[in-house]
Amino acid sequence: MSTTREIEALANQEYKWGFVTPVAEDSVPAGLNEDVIALISAKKQEPEFMLEWRLKAYRQWLKMTEPTWANVHYPPIDYQAIVYYSAPKTQKDGPQSLDELDPELIRTYEKLGIPLREQELLAGVAVDAVFDSVSVATTFKEKLAEMGIIFCSFSEAVREHSELVKKYLGSVVPSSDNFFAALNAAVFSDGSFCYVPKGVRCPMELSTYFRINAKDTGQFERTLIIADEGAYASYLEGCTAPIRDTNQLHAAVVELVAHDNATIKYATVQNWYPGDKEGRGGIYNFVTKRGKCLGVNSKISWTQVETGSAITWKYPGCLLVGDNSVGEFYSVALTNNYQQADTGTKMIHIGKNTKSTIISKGISAGHGQNTYRGMVKIQKSAEGARNYSQCDSLLIGDKCGAHTFPYLEVKNAGAQVEHEASTSKIGEDQIFYCRQRGMSTEDAVSMIVNGFCKQVFRKLPMEFAVEAQKLLGVSLEGSVG
Amino acid sequence: MLEITNLHAKVEDNEILRGIDLKVNAGEVHAIMGPNGSGKSTLAGVLAGRPIYEVTAGGVTYDGKDLLGLSPEDRAREGLFLAFQYPVEIPGVSNMYFLRSALNTGRRHRGLDELDAMDFLRMVRGKMKLLGMDESLMNRSVNEGFSGGEKKRNEIFQMAVLEPRLAILDETDSGLDIDALKVVAEGVNALRAPQRAIIVVTHYQRLINYIVPDFVHVLYNGRIVKSGDRQLALELEQKGYGWLGIPNGTLSPAAVAGAESVLAR
Ligand SMILES: Nc1ncnc2c1ncn2[C@@H]1O[C@H](COP(=O)(O)OP(=O)(O)OP(=O)(O)O)[C@@H](O)[C@H]1O
Ligand SMILES: [Mg+2]
Repeated sequence: MSTTREIEALANQEYKWGFVTPVAEDSVPAGLNEDVIALISAKKQEPEFMLEWRLKAYRQWLKMTEPTWANVHYPPIDYQAIVYYSAPKTQKDGPQSLDELDPELIRTYEKLGIPLREQELLAGVAVDAVFDSVSVATTFKEKLAEMGIIFCSFSEAVREHSELVKKYLGSVVPSSDNFFAALNAAVFSDGSFCYVPKGVRCPMELSTYFRINAKDTGQFERTLIIADEGAYASYLEGCTAPIRDTNQLHAAVVELVAHDNATIKYATVQNWYPGDKEGRGGIYNFVTKRGKCLGVNSKISWTQVETGSAITWKYPGCLLVGDNSVGEFYSVALTNNYQQADTGTKMIHIGKNTKSTIISKGISAGHGQNTYRGMVKIQKSAEGARNYSQCDSLLIGDKCGAHTFPYLEVKNAGAQVEHEASTSKIGEDQIFYCRQRGMSTEDAVSMIVNGFCKQVFRKLPMEFAVEAQKLLGVSLEGSVG
Repeated sequence: MLEITNLHAKVEDNEILRGIDLKVNAGEVHAIMGPNGSGKSTLAGVLAGRPIYEVTAGGVTYDGKDLLGLSPEDRAREGLFLAFQYPVEIPGVSNMYFLRSALNTGRRHRGLDELDAMDFLRMVRGKMKLLGMDESLMNRSVNEGFSGGEKKRNEIFQMAVLEPRLAILDETDSGLDIDALKVVAEGVNALRAPQRAIIVVTHYQRLINYIVPDFVHVLYNGRIVKSGDRQLALELEQKGYGWLGIPNGTLSPAAVAGAESVLAR
């Protein structure tokens, strides 16, 4: 068939974000032990309690084993071969303004499509850019500070707002939560911190752009967002990584805390390097993200678009503690070539009349394997709890796979739980219909897939939704045959 | 404009078209009739470039160029339009967005500026009215949950917006109620022009009353067995296909029409 050949030609498209920035790096030697952890802590001029916390996590981690229950397969990771800290060198101790940044760095951001200066002026987005392990630029900080909003790198928060960090760090994802979370707690190097005080509605989308640059560097960021009573925050996270033929580990932790009547929206567009067509290279993305709806009427909403990484292991969840609190999870996960994704959510209903919604859209193409794994747990205390889950899978071609594992644990008889699932294939007739109207196969597939993901995309802020649609198109190139 | 010579095509090892010869000039309207399974949709699909069909012999030229060498999308961009017998549903993609994308690929191909959502709406309003396309249908997903008649109407609406040079309508009339049939026929007639050609595939005399063809062809067993003017359609209506030596047991057009209208409900 002519389509097959055309499509194979399309398959040779390259990862567009795969450039390496030649900057001088300041790294510690590969490997992990208490000295390395002490060194990281010292380099970051952390207070004593942080070092203690890290070492405690490290000692727990030593006793833990890597989880094997996920439907992903990869050769063993050598944790002693990883470099746990890498920062771009600067003349002084840290950049005080954008002008001090290495011009190479700025160029990297421009290639990524986030010219900081312009964003500062035009987009109304406060960008906290994480380049490898150190947060190099924080914009809009002053404007936010006037409203009492703290938005800074995690390192700065540890130094300047240590009371808040002490109070909330590990309160949602304890350092012993799981193998990767413990590793992160021991060695995390930077990330973002945000605190929105009582009654304040953060007037702009907060955004972090993560990028793994240095060779063989594991990136271990940690993000903590707190919305105090009646506060509102919306956070956008985007990720890319350069092409490497080895695999890189990425084990991040994100913790969200929403107090009474507070709302946090957290959106991710993850485009880490997925590996090549044969499955060589690519990021191993083992991430723990969790939000705690601590207060009454609080709400946490996760939206994720996962198109990158060789392996994705990620279950952003919500602990619905406060009465009437709401948890949401909207997800698009795409696996092409040899990518593997095992992703989903955990909704734990504890408070009365808590409500959760799960919409998951999995797309598998090439030899991709896509697993939805979700848990809905309704505790005895969760009178009047409600959950609605919908998991749809779309297959492109016949060498890929889609799997769905919904776990349900209901301890309150009055709870209402609803689950719907579907699996479909992109039809030859759908593609032909689009082509007959003048669209290329590539545009047709991308349009059909975007239609499939619509419920999730409409949850993203406008510019991000456009970005996500383009990304899906690029990630799918060459997937039909 | 279109010249089909000794066209043979197969699908999954079954030879369906067994030597079709047909010439269509600009400005003409041709009707193709014939019993169920005779190969009408196959011919339409081959002309549009549907990948499941394989051409085994013969050729087709379009404006003197080799049509079969073009990809389906290039044929569309060159002005060939197929109104599908069974229009396809695309969940989550709005009808409006779909049609605008289609129009813009054609415009890009012709070196014209793309239309944004506002310009597009301004441009299509009149045509929506002509074809009785409700605004709500425009905002729904492409053909999803549309009634049979709404799907057919949508095909003709797309045709009216894309303004093709060669339109092939595959049983666009089946499943339409009397009023809708008139509306659709008006839409087609509005497109009749000296530089355009239209091929209508139909089982019904009543469509031919509204869209008066210059030529009528009977397709049977993968070949055109009889050609004539509109009188031929009238004769078929009265005498059935047996009159042409097509064996008994093949459904007459009237019977087919009856069955179609039952099925379309
Ligand atoms: N994918 C396929 N595999 C095998 N046979 C097929 C396939 N598609 C079509 N055919 C056969 O080809 C023949 C012609 O089909 P076609 O759809 O062209 O008929 P038609 O003239 O349009 O009929 P109708 O009036 O019912 O629409 C039929 O016998 C049909 O069963
Ligand atoms: Mg047919």
